[in-house]
Amino acid sequence: MDLFEYQGKQYFARYDIPVSAGDVAVTVDQAVAAADKAGYPVVVKAQVQVGGRGKAGGIKLAENADEVRLHAGNILGMDIKGHVVKRVWVENASDIAEEYYASFTLDRGAKKHLLMLSAEGGVEIEVVAERNPDAIVKLHIDPVDGLSRETAHKAAVDAKIPAKALDGVADILVKLYRCYTEGDCDLAEINPLILKPTGEVHALDAKVSLDGNADFRHPEWEEFRATEELDAREQLAREKGLQYIGLDGTVGIIANGAGLAMSTLDVVNQVGGTAANFLDIGGGANADLMASALEVINSDQNVKSIFINIFGGITRGEEVAKGIVEALGRVKLRAPIVIRLDGTNAEEGRSILANAGIPESQLTSKPTMLEAAEAAVALAK
Amino acid sequence: MAIFVDNNTKVIVQGLTGGQGKYHGLRNKAYGTQVVAGVTPGKGGTDVEGIPVYNSVKEAVAATGATASFVTVPPKAASAAILEAAEAGITFIVCITEGIPAQDEALTYNTLVRNYPHVRLLGPNCPGIISPGKCNIGITAGEIAELPSAKGPNVGIVSRSGTLTYQALYELKQRGIGVSTCVGIGGDPVPGTSFIDCLREFQNDPETHAIIMIGEIGGSAEEEAAEFIKAHVTKPMSAYIAGVTAPAGKKMGHAGAIVSGGKGTAQGKMDALRDAGVKVGQNPTEAGSLMAEIVAGLR
Repeated sequence: MDLFEYQGKQYFARYDIPVSAGDVAVTVDQAVAAADKAGYPVVVKAQVQVGGRGKAGGIKLAENADEVRLHAGNILGMDIKGHVVKRVWVENASDIAEEYYASFTLDRGAKKHLLMLSAEGGVEIEVVAERNPDAIVKLHIDPVDGLSRETAHKAAVDAKIPAKALDGVADILVKLYRCYTEGDCDLAEINPLILKPTGEVHALDAKVSLDGNADFRHPEWEEFRATEELDAREQLAREKGLQYIGLDGTVGIIANGAGLAMSTLDVVNQVGGTAANFLDIGGGANADLMASALEVINSDQNVKSIFINIFGGITRGEEVAKGIVEALGRVKLRAPIVIRLDGTNAEEGRSILANAGIPESQLTSKPTMLEAAEAAVALAK
Repeated sequence: MAIFVDNNTKVIVQGLTGGQGKYHGLRNKAYGTQVVAGVTPGKGGTDVEGIPVYNSVKEAVAATGATASFVTVPPKAASAAILEAAEAGITFIVCITEGIPAQDEALTYNTLVRNYPHVRLLGPNCPGIISPGKCNIGITAGEIAELPSAKGPNVGIVSRSGTLTYQALYELKQRGIGVSTCVGIGGDPVPGTSFIDCLREFQNDPETHAIIMIGEIGGSAEEEAAEFIKAHVTKPMSAYIAGVTAPAGKKMGHAGAIVSGGKGTAQGKMDALRDAGVKVGQNPTEAGSLMAEIVAGLR
């Protein structure tokens, strides 16, 4: 789950990482009130989860309430690369002497945490990596050892952070590492990490991505969930407890298992179609789950055909087939189904489907994944 | 022969008294696996259909001499269960638990590496391992695995995905091709056992003559495997990579299946494998057909 900047800053603040005083606002009046509280000058920042906000006019400096009113009015509702701005973050403007970069993430190859630190901040780290790779210090951290103050300090020295900022940067690195590990982040990034003319080091931006698997031990994430931008289909899927990702094609997909679901998308694409979604119904594939999955897919107006791809392992084919027949009795579908049922007891499953009295215009059965994909794609055209 | 597990492997089930643990533990036993004990704290002295249950792994190991464990406990308890098994002397741990936080996984993995270097963890979030006819630990349906033939050729399977593992087993069964061992390494960001670990074992296993590898988007495990194949694997291979059409930045069901910053794409992985001499199919069936051609050439 990706956080908005303001949420990232609130999360940082929990771990004592210094951030600017500010508030989030959804209306112009709220923005002015937030600015009055934070103290002028302020920066009004669009809250969208996409890069290039500044260039798009989504970040503005305001000297007084009138300017806040003007900028907040322009930014709220603005479309930035397809993301409509619903909130602005208004914070006290910081004087900047220097800009650095710091992040923690998991290096899956090394199976260790990775600190990336650079004295060249304020631009995307990928750009620095290309232009001047030596300017980025990469340090693997064994989770068993954690990150000591000494190691953090040494990394800052290696990154050529100037002497006057070393202590401040090392402090923040230790706190950011704690936020990243105890806070269960997939990514915790500060860019820019600034040095103020007065000598303090401070997080001017926050990019935080949380690990959904750690939800159970973070009740405080509830408020982040509330602002997650899901489309109507994804919202419905979440309520029904399904692993669903909305896409913009015309073939609705239901498969059991994440790998098979991904593979189903690929095969649909391979035969010239486009998938409307990714949906992993899991191992069970019983009638309740199947009915829920069909409901979600049915709510997608782009869907012209539905491809159900089930491989029976422990779940036997006849159970899956019964589930589908029962689900079809509960959900009235707009689009025809093509099913490929294979694996354990697939024969019995297919014969249950064939003898259930479902008209062929509503459900056809194909023996292989490829043939089923071709049929579903043909129906969607 | 087979890799990692065979008919001599004695297995305990951590979580045998839970719904999933009981179901799969008993299925594994029915398949012929030596499931010798279960472990559930507080339920020591009871039994599950004749399988004795102990309070701790230590007691279970002392009583049975088990060397492998099947961990099927909820995400909150999984890391502790894995470390308990390692501490008690278990050397092969299969963890099927899905939904373990990545931080816990990274910590557990590195703790094992440091304190229990002789222990192999398979998973988490994996279907398990089956050496057909000998041993099945996990949730794979044993009946879809073709037995290896004495004179071969037999195929080894290694996969990140559960259902695609079944698919691969099924493709081979339909063609009457025997399987030496099928290993599901799991779809999480920090798998205990990597493609390379399995490829090395398959390369050294005289009963394995060819290898199917099934990968998916995210991370760089397939690219690293390709490097290893180039240098060390002489047995013929086919492969399939799921997620060609997956949108960037989305976790595709598996916690580890995500394309981020242009890295971890299916195309990059397929190119790397082709470059290493692996025959790469566009879908699982094609990978199966390619393997059938390889096997026909070996017969």
